[in-house]
Amino acid sequence: MIRTLPNSKAYSIGFKLYVLAFFIFLFAPLMVTSVLAFNDSNFPSLPWNGFTLDWFISDTEERLGILKDTQNLLSMWVSAQTAFFVSIFSLIIGTLAAFLFERENFRYKQFLFFLALTPLVIPGVILGISLLLSVNSTGLFLEDNFTLDLEILRPSFWLVVLGQFAFITTFVLLVVSARLKKFDNSLEEAALNLGATKFQSIRYIIIPFLKPALIGAGAVAFLMSFENFNTTLFLIGSDTTLPVNLYLQVRDGSTPVINAISFLLIMGTSILAILNLIFSKKSA
Amino acid sequence: MTAKHIGLNMKNATSLGFYVFLVPIILWLGLLIVIPQIELLIMSLRFENDDEIMVWSFENYKEFFNNDIYWLTFLRTAMYAIFVTFLTFIITFPIAFYITKIVNKRYSAFLIILLLLPFWVSELVRVYGWTIILRESGVINYFLQGMGLTTSGIELLYNDASMIMGLVYTSMLFMVVPLISSLEGMDDSYIEAAHDLGASKLTIFFKIVIPYSASGIVSGSIVVFMLTLGNYLTPNLMGGKNSLWFTEQIYNEFIASLNWNQGAAFGFLLLALSSFIIWLGLKLTKQNLSKALS
Repeated sequence: MIRTLPNSKAYSIGFKLYVLAFFIFLFAPLMVTSVLAFNDSNFPSLPWNGFTLDWFISDTEERLGILKDTQNLLSMWVSAQTAFFVSIFSLIIGTLAAFLFERENFRYKQFLFFLALTPLVIPGVILGISLLLSVNSTGLFLEDNFTLDLEILRPSFWLVVLGQFAFITTFVLLVVSARLKKFDNSLEEAALNLGATKFQSIRYIIIPFLKPALIGAGAVAFLMSFENFNTTLFLIGSDTTLPVNLYLQVRDGSTPVINAISFLLIMGTSILAILNLIFSKKSA
Repeated sequence: MTAKHIGLNMKNATSLGFYVFLVPIILWLGLLIVIPQIELLIMSLRFENDDEIMVWSFENYKEFFNNDIYWLTFLRTAMYAIFVTFLTFIITFPIAFYITKIVNKRYSAFLIILLLLPFWVSELVRVYGWTIILRESGVINYFLQGMGLTTSGIELLYNDASMIMGLVYTSMLFMVVPLISSLEGMDDSYIEAAHDLGASKLTIFFKIVIPYSASGIVSGSIVVFMLTLGNYLTPNLMGGKNSLWFTEQIYNEFIASLNWNQGAAFGFLLLALSSFIIWLGLKLTKQNLSKALS
């Protein structure tokens, strides 16, 4: 049954075959997408016509490679900017929240903590439409009463940032809290006894201790934001993010340039994932 | 509940520093989570009557119950989400068990990395990958034709089965990670003791392994159910014309019909359903949300 007990041959082999089949299932779509990015064909399908880099670097009308495709490059840039701001904001607020819930005691703390977890169980679509509705109502109200017209109250870049920030902060909170729970308070007491100020103890003792969790949470926040579709869809203005842009292209028929973009994304996220693993290993 | 209200009841943390922590959190949750959900409810109860005046009304909800396609889609989405959650559990549990209990410990860390890697990649890329594998001109059909099993190509995409497969694929990570962490915490000697005392594999599985990993199963199921219910991409790109998902209906009201009040009612129903199922799951297994999620 388990590794320390004798197992029948059929049990072991059967289990191994299942695991193998599972991993093939797991990697099949990524492998196929990546391989077909290099196929010399105008459609992302077999047969294999030979190797080409056209879908990355070509600049003809028929085959527009990703590196020359300004529309897709622009949406990548928008996504990168969105993800940058979302991860900064959610790291700050998520860490503040982790300190608040782990180290302070106050009335309604349990209730507030419960509220802080709810973004994880509210479907992303609902977060998107509810935020859209409220900023729209606020916008109409301000326009009617004060003739104010704020851009953030309409679908726009910053509204997308806000919408993603709303739930990604909860992930940061959970990751940082988990690390903060392991903090040995006597370290901070020692620092305070030796004359450090509260600020110094946070700056030189607690933050360095949290660093691996902060890096990990930052990487996850960046990726979650970069890849978000459900919430973003309703809040987006004229700056289309990469997932929304890709979705529109996939829906209207696909060309291998989507494979090329996917290949770059797979490479990029794998590198980020592995770096994140190395960092979290070091801290363990 | 306002910041001031909490502050008045503070005894041991009245310092300015405390508010530096508290105020941003209150703003985050109040402005971006609580108020929008209230606004969603308010908007769903507003209705433009025949004189083109906005009035309070249950009309948007009546429309939902009177129109078969709406509530049938709702019911179907809920049923499929439960089915997908169950299927995801069945498929990933042996993997979690293998990694934590069977494979040589030296390999388990490597297998976990391998398991997590695909899920870092955008859902859109993974769904796209499945579409170019399954569709009529796809990779599977290429091989089927090569083997002479079919001449014209079979459409394997755009049906309920492909949609469910896609949803399971997308959700697996959120099930397997909590399963692994709950099984990792389990002492192997429980199983060894049961085995020595003559328990069969099935008995060990149902009396020891499952009860022990219950917390992991519950948190995995909650997240998978919620994500499946709220998924839009996978049903939209892998499901057929007849497999409409409820989120697509919400999207239609907002983007196509521009009937935001009707869309808000649908949204609120979806929110109520997902909250109810999650509450039920926690109640039945006697857990609470903070434990299940962290």
